[in-house]
Amino acid sequence: MTSHFLLMVLFAFFVSVVFAVLLRDKPGEQLRTGAMMFGGFIAAAVVLGWLMYPLPL
Amino acid sequence: MMRYDSVNMPTKSTAVEPARAAAERGRLVLLCLAAWAVPGAGHIWMGRRQKGVVFLLALPAMFVSGLLMHGRIFPFELSEPLVALAAVANIGAGAPWLIARITESGSGIVTAWSYEYGNCFLIVAGLLNFLVVLDAFDIGMGRK
Repeated sequence: MTSHFLLMVLFAFFVSVVFAVLLRDKPGEQLRTGAMMFGGFIAAAVVLGWLMYPLPL
Repeated sequence: MMRYDSVNMPTKSTAVEPARAAAERGRLVLLCLAAWAVPGAGHIWMGRRQKGVVFLLALPAMFVSGLLMHGRIFPFELSEPLVALAAVANIGAGAPWLIARITESGSGIVTAWSYEYGNCFLIVAGLLNFLVVLDAFDIGMGRK
């Protein structure tokens, strides 16, 4: 696996799973919270990536 | 002498109470140690099996992913505060950290493209396990 994006997705998955299970007690709520958190991580990463795109390294 | 318990209700102290309180403290310490050593063990101990199993699978998997990405398990170097902080975060992973230290599998390859990702996975797995330990402690105290 040599994709930075895939590693970021994997990281978002692990963190979302742990936080969702920590914060919610019912499996349905855990699934919903985890999915929202995971989507939020991915969306934030894509938006921040594009915002930083014009910046010189 | 009047004493106050966890819900601020006055109770009479007896000879049995200090012994019971000491046993309860000992149980909480053991609970936290177990929760740290084996991610999720504290929750399984307290009867939250579903949560415990998820932590038991997710946190070691995250830690092992970090090792596979050639991340580094940081040593205690007080001369470099950030390295020392990263070492504390690594320790949070519990048994996976201990095994990796013993087998010297966390030496890290700085030239690997995934080195920084690996570090991130290793550090965050440890920090998340600290949160899991705190949650197990709260359950043990009856706050949850």
